[in-house]
Amino acid sequence: MSVAPAEVERPETDEVVVPDTPWVTIVWNDPVNLMSYVSYVFQKVFGYAKPRAEKLMLDVHHKGRAVVSSGTRESMERDAEVLHGYGLWATVSHDR
Amino acid sequence: MSDPGDDGAAPEIAEEIMTGFRHTPRGVSARFTAAEAGIVRSLVGQVAELVGGPGAAEEPQDPGGREGAGETADGPLPDDLAAMLGSFGPAVPPEDPVLARLLPDAYGDDADAAGEFRRYTEPGLRSGKVAAAQTVLATLPAAGGRVRLSDGDAEAWLRSLNDVRLALGVVLRITEDYEHESGGLDPADPRQAYLHVYDFLTYLQETLVRALR
Repeated sequence: MSVAPAEVERPETDEVVVPDTPWVTIVWNDPVNLMSYVSYVFQKVFGYAKPRAEKLMLDVHHKGRAVVSSGTRESMERDAEVLHGYGLWATVSHDR
Repeated sequence: MSDPGDDGAAPEIAEEIMTGFRHTPRGVSARFTAAEAGIVRSLVGQVAELVGGPGAAEEPQDPGGREGAGETADGPLPDDLAAMLGSFGPAVPPEDPVLARLLPDAYGDDADAAGEFRRYTEPGLRSGKVAAAQTVLATLPAAGGRVRLSDGDAEAWLRSLNDVRLALGVVLRITEDYEHESGGLDPADPRQAYLHVYDFLTYLQETLVRALR
């Protein structure tokens, strides 16, 4: 690691990336979405291999919800937006 | 979530058994009767108008082709779904439960963040859903027949069929126990016809997603 110089211009944004406390995208269970379709969407949107997509899908199905991605708030909002486009019920929250 | 399973029989629509989508060397393919095509086109068009406003279901590449739009010719067609869904005008109330499901909040416990997210993303979400619906309407002839889809069109079909099922799911109050209790509905219940349509759309979407893999 290097020490930052004394005078650094702060980026003008509210987004502060703190790797230790990432934001997450959560997909919630609902009675309409097909299990096969949800697995397909996870593979398509996140590029997850089929076993991982299936496991996440089953987590959603059995536990009612699953964290499907984590990272900056901005990227989680992008994920939620894409998932909404597929009709999945996705929310963003801070992983505390 | 819902899993119709491997041995689920095709639901009967218009006294014919549909075979659903199949993988072929030239893309996924399915055959539709005129009645089946009418059901899908009608519902896809209605959801497009709910999400995108009046006119959203018109096909841009065929501005003169209004015949058949919204018509449901013959068969057990849900022409009055609009009435069941509620308002279809340009001033659809945001509290409309169908729209609330199609355009959900991205923050469950932060109304300000949810509102901000919605402000930035909802127009794109709406137009994406309308575009998917228009792809279905453009690739499914009103008279039915063989439909063959590119990967891109198939993806639009998946999204659009899913949107229609989500809308019907709200209207019909589909629950997690749907597969177990649907047999118990009174045959005179007006929801019965729509449940058949819902099953038909479930079958279509399930065979399509399987044909793509």
